[in-house]
Order: sequence, then C-alpha cells, then structure tokens
Amino acid sequence: MRLGTVRALWRLRPYVGRALPAFIASMVASLSAMLIALVIPQVLEQIVDGPLADGDASAIWPLTLLVFGLGVLEAVLYAVRRILVIGPGTRVEARMRNALYAKLQDLPVSFHDRWPSGQLLSRAVSDLGLIRRWLSFGFVLLVVNVIVIVVGAAVLISMNWLLGLIFLVCSLPLWWAGYRFEGRYSEMTRLSQDQSGDLATAVEESVHGIRVLKAFGRGKHALGTFRARAERLRSTEIEKARLDANIWVWIMVVPAVATALCLVVAVWLAANGQLSVGQVVAFFATAAAVAWPIESVGFLLAFALDARTATDRFFDIMDEPNRVGDPERPVSVERPRGELAFNDVHFRYQDSPDRFGDLLDGVDLVLEPGETMALVGLTGSGKTTMTALATRLYDVTGGSVTLDGVDVRALTREELRRHIAMAFEDATLFSASVRENVLLGRPELAGDDPGTRAEAQRVLEEALRIAQAGFAYDLPDGVDTTVGEEGMSLSGGQRQRLALARAVAAAPAVLVLDDPLSALDVATEERVEAELRQVLATTTALIVAHRPSTVALADRVALLEDGRITRVGTHSELMRESEHYRFVLSSLEEERRDREAADPHEPRPHDDGASAEPVLDGTQEEVAS
Amino acid sequence: MSVYGVQGEERTRYTKAESKQIRTRSLRLLGSLLRPLKARLWLTALAVVVSSAAQAAGPALIAYGIDSGIPALLAQDWFPVAFAGLAYLLSGLAGAFLISIYIRSSARISQAVLIDLRTRVFLHTQKLSLEFHESYTSGRIISRQTSDLDAIRELLDEGLTLLVRGVTYMVFMAGALIIFDPPSALVLLVALVPLGILTRWFQVRSQALFRRSRVASAKLIVQFVETMTGIRAVQAFRKERRNERVFGDLVEDYRDVNAGVLRLFAVFNPGLALIGNTAVAVVLLLGAFRVVDGALGVGVLLAAVMYTKRFFDPMEDMAMFYNGYQSASSALEKISGVLEEEPSVPDPVQPVDLWTADGHVRFDGVEFAYTADRVILPRFDLDLPAGQTVALVGSTGAGKSTLAKLIARFYDPSDGAVTLDGVDLRDLHPKDLRRAIVMVTQEAYLFSGTVADNIALGRPDAPFDEIVRAAKAVGAHEFIESLPNGYDTDVNKRGGRVSAGQRQLISFARAFLANPAVLILDEATSSLDIPSERLVQEGLTKLLADRTAVIIAHRLSTVSIADRVLVMEHGRIVEDGTPDDLIGGTGRFAALHAAWRDSLV
Repeated sequence: MRLGTVRALWRLRPYVGRALPAFIASMVASLSAMLIALVIPQVLEQIVDGPLADGDASAIWPLTLLVFGLGVLEAVLYAVRRILVIGPGTRVEARMRNALYAKLQDLPVSFHDRWPSGQLLSRAVSDLGLIRRWLSFGFVLLVVNVIVIVVGAAVLISMNWLLGLIFLVCSLPLWWAGYRFEGRYSEMTRLSQDQSGDLATAVEESVHGIRVLKAFGRGKHALGTFRARAERLRSTEIEKARLDANIWVWIMVVPAVATALCLVVAVWLAANGQLSVGQVVAFFATAAAVAWPIESVGFLLAFALDARTATDRFFDIMDEPNRVGDPERPVSVERPRGELAFNDVHFRYQDSPDRFGDLLDGVDLVLEPGETMALVGLTGSGKTTMTALATRLYDVTGGSVTLDGVDVRALTREELRRHIAMAFEDATLFSASVRENVLLGRPELAGDDPGTRAEAQRVLEEALRIAQAGFAYDLPDGVDTTVGEEGMSLSGGQRQRLALARAVAAAPAVLVLDDPLSALDVATEERVEAELRQVLATTTALIVAHRPSTVALADRVALLEDGRITRVGTHSELMRESEHYRFVLSSLEEERRDREAADPHEPRPHDDGASAEPVLDGTQEEVAS
Repeated sequence: MSVYGVQGEERTRYTKAESKQIRTRSLRLLGSLLRPLKARLWLTALAVVVSSAAQAAGPALIAYGIDSGIPALLAQDWFPVAFAGLAYLLSGLAGAFLISIYIRSSARISQAVLIDLRTRVFLHTQKLSLEFHESYTSGRIISRQTSDLDAIRELLDEGLTLLVRGVTYMVFMAGALIIFDPPSALVLLVALVPLGILTRWFQVRSQALFRRSRVASAKLIVQFVETMTGIRAVQAFRKERRNERVFGDLVEDYRDVNAGVLRLFAVFNPGLALIGNTAVAVVLLLGAFRVVDGALGVGVLLAAVMYTKRFFDPMEDMAMFYNGYQSASSALEKISGVLEEEPSVPDPVQPVDLWTADGHVRFDGVEFAYTADRVILPRFDLDLPAGQTVALVGSTGAGKSTLAKLIARFYDPSDGAVTLDGVDLRDLHPKDLRRAIVMVTQEAYLFSGTVADNIALGRPDAPFDEIVRAAKAVGAHEFIESLPNGYDTDVNKRGGRVSAGQRQLISFARAFLANPAVLILDEATSSLDIPSERLVQEGLTKLLADRTAVIIAHRLSTVSIADRVLVMEHGRIVEDGTPDDLIGGTGRFAALHAAWRDSLV
C-alpha cells in the first residue's frame, strides 16, 4: 500500500518538471525554521540556568537578543518556504489543468457519453487544487515533520531520557488515531462529495425541467427528491462532524496526559536535583515545539492518500486510450470534390447489450460530389448515428466511410472536420456572441485586419440570410449579443437557425444536417429552403429528414431500414415503389386524402386542383391496387 | 438603478445606500435562519467558552508546578505538584470533552441552517414564474443553489468554528496573561498595533484579490462545462485549438489570482510569526530582569512566554476565516436577492377547490403585456367550451405560445381573467389547477432515472401497467422495449441516447398518464417522424374525445383532428372557425394550408 501510494504519486513527476528544486529548497527552508524552533528552548535554558540563577543581569541582553534573532530568522525562513513554492506549485496545477482539458477535448464523443460533465469538472478543479496544495504543503511538511520529530525526540531524550520517553510513548497513539481517522474521514468526505453531486443534479434538473414540473404541478415531487438527497447529505456531514469531534478529543487528551505526567516527573526530578529549573523550562518549550509535528503526522499521511486518490482520478482520464485518434501518417485531400461514401458500415454503441444486433448493419451509400441526399428512416433507426460517423464523432465498428475515396480515418480529424460541417438536431450554442457562434467553423476569419473583417461580415450576413436568422440583428446588441447558457435565452427555432447558419458559414465540401428545420414554422421553413437550395447546388449534403418538405431539398433519398440502406432514389420513385418509405413519410392527411380519393362519393372539402400532382397519383394507384 | 431582488447583481460597485440595503437584506435572512436555533447556539457558545478557559489554565498550572511544586517537594510536600499534574490533566480532559460537544453541536447548527436555506431557495425558485427563469437564465439559478450555497457551507463548516474558537482562545490567553503578569500583557497590547496594521493590510488586499478570484474561477468553470456538454459541436467545428487558447488564458488568470492570494498569505503568516516572536523576546527580556530582581517566579515567566506565543496561534486560522467569510457573504447577498424576488404568478391566498373539472376555459377581457409599451396580446375574449379541440395557427411570434401559457398559468394576464369552469385560475388551488390543465412543450425534458420514472411523473401513483398503457397509447412502447433495459433503462443526463423524437414520445406518454381535463400541446410533435406522429394522432383522437385541447403546431397535419382553428397574427386572433370552413374560405388559413400541402410533396 505504501509503496503503491509512492508509485502512484510518482506519476506526477513529469508535471512537476523543473519545479522540483524549488520544492526541495522549500523543504530545506521549512526544516531550518523548525530546527530553529527547537534551538530557542535551549537558549531559554541558558537564560534560566545562567543569568536568572546567578542574578547576572548583564548576560540577559545577549541571550534575549539571540532569541529575538532566531525568532526573526524563523519568520523569514517561514516566508521563504511559502514564497518558493507559489510560482512552481500553481504552475504545476495550471499545466495539469491544461493537459487535462486538452486530453478531454481530444477524447471521442463515446467517452463523453459515459462521463457526466460534473465528474470531469471536479477532477479539473478540486482534484487539481488538492494536488497543488499537497505538493506545496502536504508533501513538504510530511518530509520536514518526520525529520523534526526524529531530531526533537533525540533532543528530548538527551535532555532527560525518562521525560523524553514518557512524552514520546504517550504521543504514539495520536499517530495511530490520526491515521485511522483520516482514512474514515476521507471516506466520508468522498461520500459527501458524491451526495452533494447528487444534490446538484437534483437542483440542475429542477431548473432545466422547470416547465415540465410546472406543467404537471410536480414541484412537490421534485422537492421530495431534493429533500431526501439534502437529508442524506446532512446525515453524512453530521457523521463527519462526529469523527472530527472524536479526533479532537484525542488531539487534546493525549498531550494533556503526556504533559501532566511529565510535569509531575519533571518537578520530582528537579526537586531531586537531577534536573535544573532551566532544563525543566527548556523541556516544556521543546515539547511544545515538537507537539505540532507529532499531531500532524496522521493528517499528513492521510493528506498524501487523498492526493493519491486525486492523482488516480486525474490519470483515469489521462491514461484513457483514444480510439478515435489521428493516424500516424495522415493523408491530405487538398480540394475535396465531396464524394462521401459509406462502405459496408457497421456500428454499435459500446454499451449495447449482446441480444441486439448492430445498429448499422452494413450500410452502403454513395453521395456523388455536389449531390444532396436525404436520409429517411424511423426514429431510432440510426440516422443521427450515421451523420456522426462522417465526421468521426464516432468511428465505425466495421466497414469504412470515405471522402473522395480516402478513408476518413486516414485524414487528421482537423482536416476532415474542415471538409465536413454539421448542424445538430439539438443545437448547441456556446456562451459567445452570435457572430462567434456562426463563424465557429471559420477560425481563419477571426483576424483583425480590415480585409478579413469585411469577409467575416459578408460570410456572417450571408449565413444568417440563408438560415433566415435575421432576428439576430434585433437582439439587444445585434450579432454581438451573447447567447448560450450564460447569455440571452433563445427559442428552439432560433437556436436551430443559428446552428444551421453556423454549418452553412463553414463553407465545407460536405454538409451534414440532422433534421435542421424541425423547429421552424411552415413559412420560415419555406424561406430557408429557398435559400438553402442555392448552397446545396454546389455542396455535397447529407440531410436527415422527417418531413416531405425537407426531402424536397434533396436530389435523391436514401431509406434507412433495419440498419441498412434499402432503397435509394428520388422521392417520387420511392413513394411509388417502397411501402416502407410511404409508411415513414406520408402523413395522416395524405392517407385521409387517399381514402377520400378511393371513395369518390365522399365530397372533397378542397378541390382546388393543387393536389393533382403525379406523385400523389402514384400513391393513390398503389393504395387502390 | 435598483438593487431589489436580482437586479444589479452583476455589478461590482454599489453606492453606500445600495450596499447597506443589500447587507440589511442578507443579515435579515441570516437572522431568520438562526432564530429557530437559539437554544443550541447558546449551548454551543457556552461549550467553546468553557473549553477555552480550561485550555488557558494549562501554562498557569505548569508555572504553579515549577514555582510552588519544586520548593514544596524539597520539603517532602507532594500536594502542590500532584495538584498541578491532576488539574492539568482534568482541564485537558474537560477542554477536550467540551470541544467535541462544540464541534458536534455547531455541525448540527450549520447543517440545520443549510438545509433550511437550501429548501427555501429550492421552493422559491420553483415558485418563481417562467418569465423570471427565462430572463435570469438557468446557469445563474443553478450557481445560486450550488456554488453559492457551497461557499456558505464552507464558512459554516470550517470558518465559523475557526473564528469562534480562535477569538475565545485569544481572549482567554490575553486574559490569563493579564491575571498572571500584567507587564507582559502590556507588551501584548503594544504588539496589537502592528498586528492590527498587518491584518488590515491583509483584509484590504485580499478583498480585491478575492473578487478577482471568484470571477476567474467562475469563468474557468463555465468554459470547462460548456466545452464538455457541447463536445460534439466543439469537435465538429474544430474548436479544440481555439478552446485550448481560451482555456489556457483562463487557467493562467486563475493561477495568477491564486498565486496572488498565496503571496498574501506568504507575507501575512510569517508577519504574524515575526510579531509573535518579537513579542515573546520582549516578554522574555522584561521578565528575565524581573526574575533577577526577584519580582517574578521562573514558572510565571515560562507561563507568560507560552501565553504570548499561543496568543498568535489562531491568527492564521482567522485569516482563512476571513477569506471564507467574504465568499459566503457575497453568496448570501445574491441568494437573498433571489429570495426577495416576488413570484409574478403567486399561489392563491384563499384557494378555491375544483375536484372535478369539465374543461371549460374562458378568456375575459384578457390583455398580456411585459411592460406598458410591449403588449404581446391586446385585449381579447375567447370561449373554449369543454371538450373542444382547438388548433392554434400562426407564424413564429404571433403569440400562440403566450396564449397557451396563460391557460397553463405559466403567466398571469396583465388585465382581465382566465377562468376554468368559471373559476379564475389565480384563485384555483394549485393542485387542482395542475391536475386539470397540463401543458406539453417542445423541449421534452427528461429527468434522470428510468423511462418508467419519467412517464410516471404524469401521475406518480400510477401502477406499472398504466405506464405501459400510456406508452402504448402514444406509440412509444415499441422503442422503449428496444432500449437496453426496456422501461427500466436509465435516461442519463439530457436524455442520453434517446433521440429528440423519442423524448417527445415519452413526454407525451407522461401527459397521457396525467389524464387532465385540459391538455395543451405546444409544438409537442415537432421532432417526431411521421409514423410516430401518426400514432400519436391516433392516440390523441381517442384521448381528446372528451377533453378540452389546445394544440399549437407548425405542421398543419394536426389540424385534421381539431374541431376549431384559431389563426393568430401579431397577438390577435384573426380567424376562427372549423378547419373545413377555413380551408374552404379565402383567408390566411386557406393560404397557409395550401402552402403546407405543397410542402408535403
């Protein structure tokens, strides 16, 4: 266990780097300060047994000045000890924090599916803070205090072996109690951290789900959950206080017993002439100086264990292998034509139970350059998953996805994602201005020179126009208004339009849009589509569609069914030929019209000729036959 | 600018009057939290005072042992030394025992305060209207309830103990010194001057640093959480490098502030040691001369030195307390601001019960406006007879959702009244209101827990087979069965791998289970695919047969099941009639409907 802990903590070595000498210097300063504290009682003894016993007032001055000088030196070393580790300590913390963040951004989405952000946050903030404190204080003091105890013990025993032994033997239980206490205490601390995490989740949900809670009047229900968790946390905290109270009894009783015993024995020794009064004074002063290091060893050992846990938690993440990494020798596609192909693609989620087959079970689909392909299928058929495979948010578990014939895994992710831009179903906006959110995919337009700024403005305006996101100009600060969690709250439709604008502004070779118009009203949708057609004329696009209106944007439609692409063709072809496609895409309204058409005696309420399209006729035939 | 409620919360500077107002309000809150705990507070205070007194006796007993014990023992009199030893032991035991009482008791107090405060904030935020939530943003409300409460917890847990124990300890050390050796106490008094200056310096500097530190850590956390929750978008748009730069700067800022705080402590703590050691040297010097003169016993000198040294011990802890105090007090100020906000949709004072509702909704001279010059819905009357299914149609921003939210009492009208079966919604018992009227919104939020739990939210006491029945009725049963653990599948945070459409199905099942007299669907089917929508509509036709329903949908397919269509524009109802009448006519709805039908091809 001890060795394991040492080895576990040793992993911090690369992050400590050049700061190590500073930590060692701090240790030396700290040790010197403590040794000085041990010397002062010796001077006291000299004063008591020298001038005070002799009545030689002239000798008082130099000795007191010595005490004063040592006191000043102690304070200075004390400051040195702290100052030395400020820079290095905080820099180690910062280095680890940046490394963790970079690693987390690099890890694939499948990792983030498993790890709630709260768990990651506690690692990035409190765990790293703990490691820094341990390196700067815990580690330094553990080494120093052990040395001080050894030296102090030697001094005490050399002053009087009996007194020294009584004091030390009496103090031993403290080490044991302190160590045991910290073990239990950090267990409770972890429990209380988990429980306050649960409580925070209850709070978060009660706020994010406020509409549901209000709509169903379930405030009481939510309060019940919240109260139960708060109560659990409270009892843990009270248990912690109980442990704390017990250890304080130890901390106070043990020295009291030791000192009381020593007092009686010391007076007895002094009365027998085996000890001078000065030595008695010096003994108690030394014992006071050694008392704190002795008390602290238990805590410091446990602190090391906590630091070890925090280190483990840090390396849990740092050691996570990235299965969706960049290739060793990446290929580059300079100007992609935009041919996107799925070749016998298989995919299953890591936690999918064995009894289920692959979600994507041999998908074959080729998008020709410039072509717009709609992807249609039932909810849960894997459409969104397919879109995520193109940009390697997930990697296929079998087969391959290629861009211009090059496996997407052969490109760097940076390049791949420059070529392929996405708009997600649930639009994530960052806490930044509308401008920054829309121009997210164009980092090269972030420059400050007039040319770049004009171009950025042009791209922004065009993207907002295409996505019909003109509302952005009417926000309090126009396109510079902060949106996202920390900013203005926007409606679902507004967010969706900004996400669409973002994908369009990226001007990629391939656009992947996941049901990009679902939250828009009919009129807006129509305007977006009209604008989007121009963009799609020159861009390869894969569009997940739930509605015929979205399908209308596409040149061809692919039907995803049971994990495979079962049909590819134009909307009218599929409408005519595929029963499943009709099932997926024809609405109640149409069915009713079909029924009405099949029964000519039923008067049609709206016979304005608008419905006499060939497609509809095809459907009718199909149904009639 | 006012500082009432949460207004001006983000400001860093306040006028004298404003900060007084804020301070009064947070002190009042603190008072109301502590009042029920008065008895325990006294007990706790007593424990710490007696315990400190017991500890203060220590050095005096050692002094007595040396000065009286040695001469007495020379005369074979064991009494003084035995007394000193025993008394030292007993005072140590008493001090230890009382401290443990104190720690437990103060933990009970702080936990009682916390749970009270937590519950108050929770209940209050639940009571506050949607309007407040929308403008204050979820991020702020959550940090009020998490990080701000944590700051208060830290103060109560550690800081307060340090302060109370520290202060009483120092008072007793100083007191003992005054009793045993007044001249040494005079030295301590002089030492208080540099001590005061140092402390004041620390206080001023740390206040400024502290503010920066809060800002820096908050920014760091926001950036971190946003990156992790939006990781898909981050990776898809190659934001990693840019994020690393931004985050790197924030980390450096935070590091810089932290280093500043540590530097402050690196001056303050050694400063304390310096003052303490100097005071000890002076006490020693003056005492030694008096011992030589025979005016003072050696033991008393030792006691004086120890008292002087120990006096400074708790000072470091007090500095820690001060830090905790600052973050807690600014947290308390913000929390008291949220608690000061009046719910704009308050619960009725004398609620009217409505055991069974028919579902007859009326708007009588209703007007809705945010402010006098921002009227969303101009004055109108509307009668929705029980059992009618009404479709609300119109472009974005026409006021459809606002009208629906008035029925659900998410908002109250600025003028006029909305009634259910003749009872003003404002007078209706909240329980009856929520049982009678349910609104399903576009954002189908799922709570952590299983799928079954989420559906059961519609009616928590529903047996499992009714949950399944509800899921079957809306066509959610099949996909739920195909989840890894069926109905027991955990929908992890934000709905996990449940797609947007599936989330909507679950929230539909929830509404189905709730079985209200009035059902409002606000874009509740927007993410559904057509087969699911078809199933939902079949379910709805059955479900809505005998209840009032208001349906808002961009897709006009929903209209087919409506008895009546209301077309809204700029907050006004511009058309009202049966679907067939309106489609057959020449109005806006006829045009909209034609356009929509075109879109189906």
